[in-house]
Amino acid sequence: MAQPATRQREITTIAWLFLGFPLLLISIFVFFPIAFSFLISFFDWNLVTNQRRFVGVDNYTKLLGDALFWKSARNTVLYTIGVVPLQTFLALFLAFVMNQKIRGRGFFRLAFYVPAITSSVVTSTLFIALFSKQGLINQMTGLENDWLTNPRTAMLTIMANNIWTTSGYFMVSFLAGLQSIPDSLYEAARIDGASAWQQFWKITVPMVRPVTYFVLVLGLIGCFQVFDQIFIMSAGGPVNSTTTMSYYVYINGFKYFKLGYAAAAAMVLAVVIFSANQLQNKYFKPEVD
Amino acid sequence: MQRLHLQKLVFYAVLLLMTAVYIGPFIYQFFISISHSKDVFGSPGNLIQPPNWTLQNYANVWVDLPFKQWLVNSVFITVVQTITNVFFSALAGFVFARLDFPGRRFIFGLLLSSLTVPGIILLVPKFIFMNDLRLVNTYTGLIIPNLVTITNIFLMKQFFETIPKDLEEAALIDGCSYFRIFWQIFLPVSTPALAAVAIYTFQGSWNEFLWPVIISITSDHFTLPVGVGFLKNQFQSDWPLLMAGTLLITLPTLCIFLVFQRYFVQGIAASGGKE
Repeated sequence: MAQPATRQREITTIAWLFLGFPLLLISIFVFFPIAFSFLISFFDWNLVTNQRRFVGVDNYTKLLGDALFWKSARNTVLYTIGVVPLQTFLALFLAFVMNQKIRGRGFFRLAFYVPAITSSVVTSTLFIALFSKQGLINQMTGLENDWLTNPRTAMLTIMANNIWTTSGYFMVSFLAGLQSIPDSLYEAARIDGASAWQQFWKITVPMVRPVTYFVLVLGLIGCFQVFDQIFIMSAGGPVNSTTTMSYYVYINGFKYFKLGYAAAAAMVLAVVIFSANQLQNKYFKPEVD
Repeated sequence: MQRLHLQKLVFYAVLLLMTAVYIGPFIYQFFISISHSKDVFGSPGNLIQPPNWTLQNYANVWVDLPFKQWLVNSVFITVVQTITNVFFSALAGFVFARLDFPGRRFIFGLLLSSLTVPGIILLVPKFIFMNDLRLVNTYTGLIIPNLVTITNIFLMKQFFETIPKDLEEAALIDGCSYFRIFWQIFLPVSTPALAAVAIYTFQGSWNEFLWPVIISITSDHFTLPVGVGFLKNQFQSDWPLLMAGTLLITLPTLCIFLVFQRYFVQGIAASGGKE
């Protein structure tokens, strides 16, 4: 529809009137910081000594020479590999169960969703109690492990926390996807004699593939940046076994106030996430219809 | 027939087990929070005996912790951010859904691509701005970075695009301005989307930890999660108090969810299903 000149002027005016303030905020707090962060990473920018000195790629070379940084990178990758597949599978499984004709569906949906809407600080504190030496987990299993102070189990406990909270969240995404699958597909499969198991793998899984992709992408971005749970449950310990990259950024930036160095670490993390996303796009992205 | 019964039995057993895994910890938390004795880890059996129960821990939360101040801070920040997010994302979403102006595609492309940028790299620059503007440890510093979020703008845009064009075309022929079209045609039918934005923002702001932990320095500017996060170590010997406090933090998001359940699901369907 061709617009007369006055109409177009009205549209442009209203557009800027509506968009102006939100866009200003986003420019200040998103667009500009992205560029600025890159710049800061080339500076020795310390708030304690109040120093701002251009140092070229020094921050990056120091970073790559720091054993703790490599350890945090390794921890982050292991964490992500451990959490993402399990949270995605559990989310799909919960959604599949919720999609059956069951009594009290609302109650069960609420039960699975409660950890997802609870503050990470609350769930983390709760996990400290559950997994403490005399907590419920040890009492139920008969173990005597101090989960969060044992370097071999601390990260596993934090992973369990994240799987527990996010699977319910992504369940809702899958549920929406499952409900859009036409019943006729299942009916046809039943007529052909397909079992429930076959229906799940041959109809459900392929049909929710766009949602799976979405959940994998979001799960990966979230896992790579895990912070709250680390801060509350372990503070990176014991012996740095749970120091992740985002926690490393936090320590350097906001405990030592080495902001240039922290910005460089954040940049590396962003590159890692970006590369992982590219891999996902290559192998998991559903074809556009 | 026998086999069908067995299948059903297994199904419900799995369902109950899952339910126990997902809400069991909260029940544990509740029993610790009403425990009379501070020695809560002795034996779980003691926790569920009525003579050992007390509500004193909930009263102590208000006395032993600066809980009131943190609650006021959390409520204030959450309410302001929820209102502004609903307002600004509706305005911006309408523009991207309906108004074609020079530069729209460019701006939209910028928004789209910055969604893929991980939030962690924004922290340092945002903190430097706040520091230069002397906004560290202030309410302004806590609130302004999240007055509007790109995700919410997308959610509104996607919703507005589903509204049929017939109505506004008729209104335009009648000489109606775009401002009135937005106000009198779009907003009244957008309750589900506006509610979804409000609920997400509420939940996000209420639970937000990373930014407040960085920008608030003194206890009088802490939000509830930050306060509990910092004082956790100090009170770890007092588990009943800690569990009572953390349960109270959970209540508002739980209530909001119970009341607005259907909007929650719709919102996720709108944002997640279209990707």
